[in-house]
Amino acid sequence: MSKRLRSILTPIIAVLLGIIVGTIIMLVSGYNPVDAYTALWNGAFGDVYYTGEVIRQVTPYILAGLAVAFAFRVGLFNIGVEGQFIVGWLAAVWVGVAFDLPKVIHLPLAIIAAMVAGGLWAFIPGLLKARFRVHEVIVTIMMNYTALHTVNYIIRTKLNQGSAKTGMIHESASLRSPWLQELTTHSTMHWGIMIAIACCFIMWFLLEKTTRGFELRAVGFNQDAAHYAGMSVNKNIILSMVISGAFAGIAGAMEGLGTFGYMAVQGGFTGVGFNGIAVALLGGNTALGVFFSALLFGSLKIGALSMPLEAGVPKELVDIIIALIVFFVASSYIIRVVLDRFSKKGVK
Amino acid sequence: MKKRKIGMALSLVLAAGTLLGACGKSDTNKPADTSKGGDKEKAFSVAMVTDVGGVDDKSFNQSAWEGLKDFGKDNGLKKGKGGFDYAQSTSDADYSTNLNTLARQGFDLVYGIGFLMHAAVDEISQQQAKSKFAIVDDEVKQPNVASIMFKEQEAAFLAGVAAALQTKTNHIGFIGGMKIPVIERFESGFLAGVKAAKPEAKVDVQYSGAFDKAELGGTIASKMYSTGADVIFHAAGATGNGLFKEAGDLKKKDPSREIWAIGVDRDQNDMGPDVVLTSAMKRVDVAVKDLSTKAKDGKFPGGQTTTYGLQEDGVGLAPINSKASNKDAIDKAVKEWVEKIKSGAIKVPGTLEELKTFSAK
Repeated sequence: MSKRLRSILTPIIAVLLGIIVGTIIMLVSGYNPVDAYTALWNGAFGDVYYTGEVIRQVTPYILAGLAVAFAFRVGLFNIGVEGQFIVGWLAAVWVGVAFDLPKVIHLPLAIIAAMVAGGLWAFIPGLLKARFRVHEVIVTIMMNYTALHTVNYIIRTKLNQGSAKTGMIHESASLRSPWLQELTTHSTMHWGIMIAIACCFIMWFLLEKTTRGFELRAVGFNQDAAHYAGMSVNKNIILSMVISGAFAGIAGAMEGLGTFGYMAVQGGFTGVGFNGIAVALLGGNTALGVFFSALLFGSLKIGALSMPLEAGVPKELVDIIIALIVFFVASSYIIRVVLDRFSKKGVK
Repeated sequence: MKKRKIGMALSLVLAAGTLLGACGKSDTNKPADTSKGGDKEKAFSVAMVTDVGGVDDKSFNQSAWEGLKDFGKDNGLKKGKGGFDYAQSTSDADYSTNLNTLARQGFDLVYGIGFLMHAAVDEISQQQAKSKFAIVDDEVKQPNVASIMFKEQEAAFLAGVAAALQTKTNHIGFIGGMKIPVIERFESGFLAGVKAAKPEAKVDVQYSGAFDKAELGGTIASKMYSTGADVIFHAAGATGNGLFKEAGDLKKKDPSREIWAIGVDRDQNDMGPDVVLTSAMKRVDVAVKDLSTKAKDGKFPGGQTTTYGLQEDGVGLAPINSKASNKDAIDKAVKEWVEKIKSGAIKVPGTLEELKTFSAK
């Protein structure tokens, strides 16, 4: 069997296995899986409103997934997407609130601010990794907490507009569009999805079609070989973290400029960054894969909101199914072995 | 050949899924049908959206849900569409989707529980102008939104009095959730209560920064108890569950030690019958039920803010634990202060700013 086919089949089988085990769990706990999955489907695509919501949810997932996937391709595990996401969100909202500019300047400026903030936040672990070989996982996890509490502090003390949240961004920085909202009967869908798709393309182009991308991937495959070939491993490590952080920052800007239009004090992590890890994993760390797996996670997430009401199934079950999918993707080795068995028998 | 094998494997998997799905359906079909037959006549239906704490947070959201269930029971409603129900949020982004979904499902009145939902309620109420909404703990100025506020400081004040009279070490703890106006009302009321009853007692104030982190609550409580505090009050939602666990564990290890915790929002005696001294009750359930009844009778206070205080029985102090050594003294003192607050003789400070100038005399 071709490698390509196998890399497509593995995640699909993982998803199916996740759904099947989810069905069994529902049966065991006395819920009706057909009702549950119907509610899940209708809750995501049964109404144009819900489809709008799904697209809104998918937008940050794509970008967070890209952020994780990009670093992963260079052999780095960026767990700090959540933190970079949060600082990006704040930076975008700050620009959106503090300035009053024409839309053509204001909106890009807010997004660039988020990119820079996310990139800077990821630069630190990148630098520490390149210079002192400090493991990026540890640094990024710690920097998630630093981001959360620093941003909460800034919102509470500097940007507070009552009720522990910032003011609304100016219309000129907003990604929202009355037309899209009209189209989806008042969903919170916004233009961010276009940016997310553009970013998918940028990531693909950067990694697959440029010299820099070749270097980055080479470092990911084998640092020593890349070094021997005359590439600067350290420079590429820092660069990949910064780009990864920039993607995460844009994801934050999507929430700040599109979904919410403000930023409130966060009681805990939003989970977008961590879901990004699952998205990247399921998507096989490729741009197209990330797009589709973000679509799956986004529709599961939004569809799940309707499950308790329509089918009486607790929405935690969807979390279980997502967890199972991640589990099966992570254990894709088993799936691969089984697939190989099948194909070998076929040859005989 | 290869592909056929894979195809077979896939179709087997699919078939298994459908089969399993099918047998589930036949199991549960009948009860589902009967329940649907019940709600044919259009009754007044209510629903609520929880914040990230969830409906089983043992405090704020749960209290609101108990109020809804109570309202449903009194009016012969069933859980589900056309009756009463809730939607749970796992992140801030879920609020508008949940509010919108419930309004679309035709619920007559939809509650947003918690100040975090302010922006979402404001926006959705304008889009769904025909539906009625209500928000707890914040004010939304829209004609189809009723706002519910509480004088948390009055309940917290009484809790402060109880804590001050019970403490032996003159060292009391306060664990807050997030630093937001609601919790500030709890904090300033509590501090004022302690000050009024025992000015020399010291209160250690700490914020956990979250409403859903029980382990964090446990850590803070453990530190407070080990540095000499013997009564701790929490206003931290599910984070406070860690306090009860910590207090219960300490009490189990050394039953003779004086360890007390004070609950919040609802009577949290069930969280630790041996260690819960009392609870500063914020009767979200009473308010939710009251407002639902008003709305059902066509007296929906849209665009207005209803404030529930001691006077309206919207806040209060739960019965003092009978194992408390100073129960009689506390009961007596609490009764006196309730009179004073109700009569308006003293005004409990609602902000830390007001607390500075507060004097109980």
